[in-house]
Amino acid sequence: MSQLMSGAKILLECLAREGVDTIFGYPGGVTLPLYDAMYDHPIRHILVRHEQNAAFAAQGYSRSTGKVGVCCATSGPGATNLVTGLVDAMMDSIPVVALTGQVTAKLIGSDAFQEADTFGITRSATKHNYLVKNVNELPQVIHEAFYIAASGRPGPVLVDITKDVFQGNAHYTPVTSIHLPGYKVYTEGHTGQIRRAAQMMLEAERPMIYAGGGIVLSNASEELRELVELVDAPTVCTLMGLGSLGSDHPNFISMPGMHGSYAANMGMYGTDLIIALGVRFDDRVTGRLNAFAPHARIIHVDIDPAEISKIRNADLPIVGDLKRVLPKINAVLKELLPEVGERTGLKAWWKQVREWKAEHPLRYDTAEDVIKPQHLMREIDRLTKGNAIVCSDVGQHQMWAAQLIRFNEPRLWINSGGLGSMGFGLPSALGAQVANPNQLVVAICGDGGFQMSIPELATLFNFGLPVKVIVMNNGYLGMVRQWQELFYANRLSQVTLDGFPDPVQLAGAYGFKGRTVERPSELAEALATAFADPGPYLLNVKVAPTENVFPMVPAGGAINEMVLSPPQPAELRK
Amino acid sequence: MLQIISLLLENKTGALMRVTGLLTARGYNIDSLTVARTLDPELSRMTIGVAIEPHQRRQLIKHMNKLINVLQATDLTDSPAVTRELVLMRVRTPQESRTAILKEAEIFGARVVDSTLEGFALEATGDIEKLDEFIDIMRSYGEIEVTRGGAVAVSLESKKLRLSPPVPRGAEEGKSEEKNGVI
Repeated sequence: MSQLMSGAKILLECLAREGVDTIFGYPGGVTLPLYDAMYDHPIRHILVRHEQNAAFAAQGYSRSTGKVGVCCATSGPGATNLVTGLVDAMMDSIPVVALTGQVTAKLIGSDAFQEADTFGITRSATKHNYLVKNVNELPQVIHEAFYIAASGRPGPVLVDITKDVFQGNAHYTPVTSIHLPGYKVYTEGHTGQIRRAAQMMLEAERPMIYAGGGIVLSNASEELRELVELVDAPTVCTLMGLGSLGSDHPNFISMPGMHGSYAANMGMYGTDLIIALGVRFDDRVTGRLNAFAPHARIIHVDIDPAEISKIRNADLPIVGDLKRVLPKINAVLKELLPEVGERTGLKAWWKQVREWKAEHPLRYDTAEDVIKPQHLMREIDRLTKGNAIVCSDVGQHQMWAAQLIRFNEPRLWINSGGLGSMGFGLPSALGAQVANPNQLVVAICGDGGFQMSIPELATLFNFGLPVKVIVMNNGYLGMVRQWQELFYANRLSQVTLDGFPDPVQLAGAYGFKGRTVERPSELAEALATAFADPGPYLLNVKVAPTENVFPMVPAGGAINEMVLSPPQPAELRK
Repeated sequence: MLQIISLLLENKTGALMRVTGLLTARGYNIDSLTVARTLDPELSRMTIGVAIEPHQRRQLIKHMNKLINVLQATDLTDSPAVTRELVLMRVRTPQESRTAILKEAEIFGARVVDSTLEGFALEATGDIEKLDEFIDIMRSYGEIEVTRGGAVAVSLESKKLRLSPPVPRGAEEGKSEEKNGVI
């Protein structure tokens, strides 16, 4: 049974069959036929104010739900504006399908109005991309795109569609299967390796579990918790993996790496077995490689074979989906555990880890006259109790939020981890709120990143999205300022952000409430008021301007040699 | 040292760009590249000669294998394989050297494809080092102009080609909700 339909309608039909309910996008010349078809189609379109934010919002939607996020842009500038959002999704393995319009097929290569080589430009920005010039290919391509985006190691897929494909008619027959002979997804894990891994875990005296974004992506949190409890290993969650083990779990030892806790980094240094789950040994975690876990053997489980032994050689690699592999490891552990005697080594290890934890907990000095940024994060933590969706921008506030806000579940902490794209916070919160209309969604931004995405305040208002935008305002591009202070003799070059707009007027101009808070005594009330407000809310929190993020492993430093607190100003400000 | 990588890939727009893009993104210059259709017109066989730092090699092959359009990427550098190249060459030569050139050509198994008063056009095939020698020798006889065809290689090991089967997708409207999840 086939039906004569326009390419635009076929596209929407395919999206509906993929379960798409929302598209984040921005129309333009060549997507006119698509937007005309959207006019009376049930799929909801969220009109953002910039295509980059459409890609970030689609990510917020995806990161908070696990579903594929969809964004849409026109040809030329529309498509090029998507690129940062696509690379960002690529780095953090977020399933996004981007639809772009392209000039009519016969005009390609003629420098037509708003023409750009989107297929070429996005080749390295995506997991895979397509250029569709024939309407008959469209349904197959769309279903392939969603399959590729969501399966294996997820990632962004872009489909560039010429205007004549939207306009052209074809006999549409629903696709029932796709065939990608060269696309291999390894999910199950090697049975022998799984058994050996379980044995290694129980033999280790000082095991550490190093859990990352892969746990979140494969929805393997429950399975992780079981493993953690069976092995009884201290567990660190990376920036991308926060929430994969609840922050209140007794085995949780916070985040490792450049701004990780003392206990997490000392643990990663002293361990004899790293159980690496859905991680990629990022340089922000490992610090100087030859000083990273020098005494440890490595078990590395990842769905992407190219991650195995990429940075650190894996003594025992398992290629598979954590959701499938972890239960198998857990089953072997349960079988082996009764035969294991008292694990005295492990006991001593825990004593050591607890000592590290007690020795240098994440702490800060409070002040009476000025709000410390850490105080802000602690208050957000106290009020949200680990249950809010927190979308962070990039910079100092991101690190403090990661250190100090608890997450009871995965998919609550949303941030640009790998690419570190400023401007990510607000639009990703927008997308997360669209997907989770009844949940508290907080966007934590710096005054820098917030101003990169300011126009999306209008989108919040238009769609009645009650995102609470918290600007941690220190008047600086704080992370860059911190590095200039510490490593460039405090020669502060181009990091001062003067002229932050008055938030009451700014939010008021967009149609909702805003407020500035400066005094520590008002902070709790101000946050509670913002969170209780039924609409969007802009809270500008003025914080101590020159506070630095600690602990800190300087770039290229060893993780066991982190700087725990501010060095004496005299040494620095020569 | 030059690595020889053999790829079986889909004969599709952009497939070549995806493979070479992996190399250019890491700053590697491709020394030689050949690509042509296989018996199955939907597939191409590609042979790349490129000098990759040893520690990057395995990683790069894995990345090539990850490409959706690539069915199989194999590093032939250290495995049993036959590598051959075609060279077409014009030699300008004075009358007195003509016989010597023909002798040399015979030694290298080269064929004369054209002969004029100025000299010869020759066609030679062989492994890469052999052809380098042939070119050096011919250069000693006079002015030469060379077009090299690039390395083509075939593995002598039978390596199992694993292909993914078709996947059900898109069928019913009702079931779409769960389909959209990460698999």
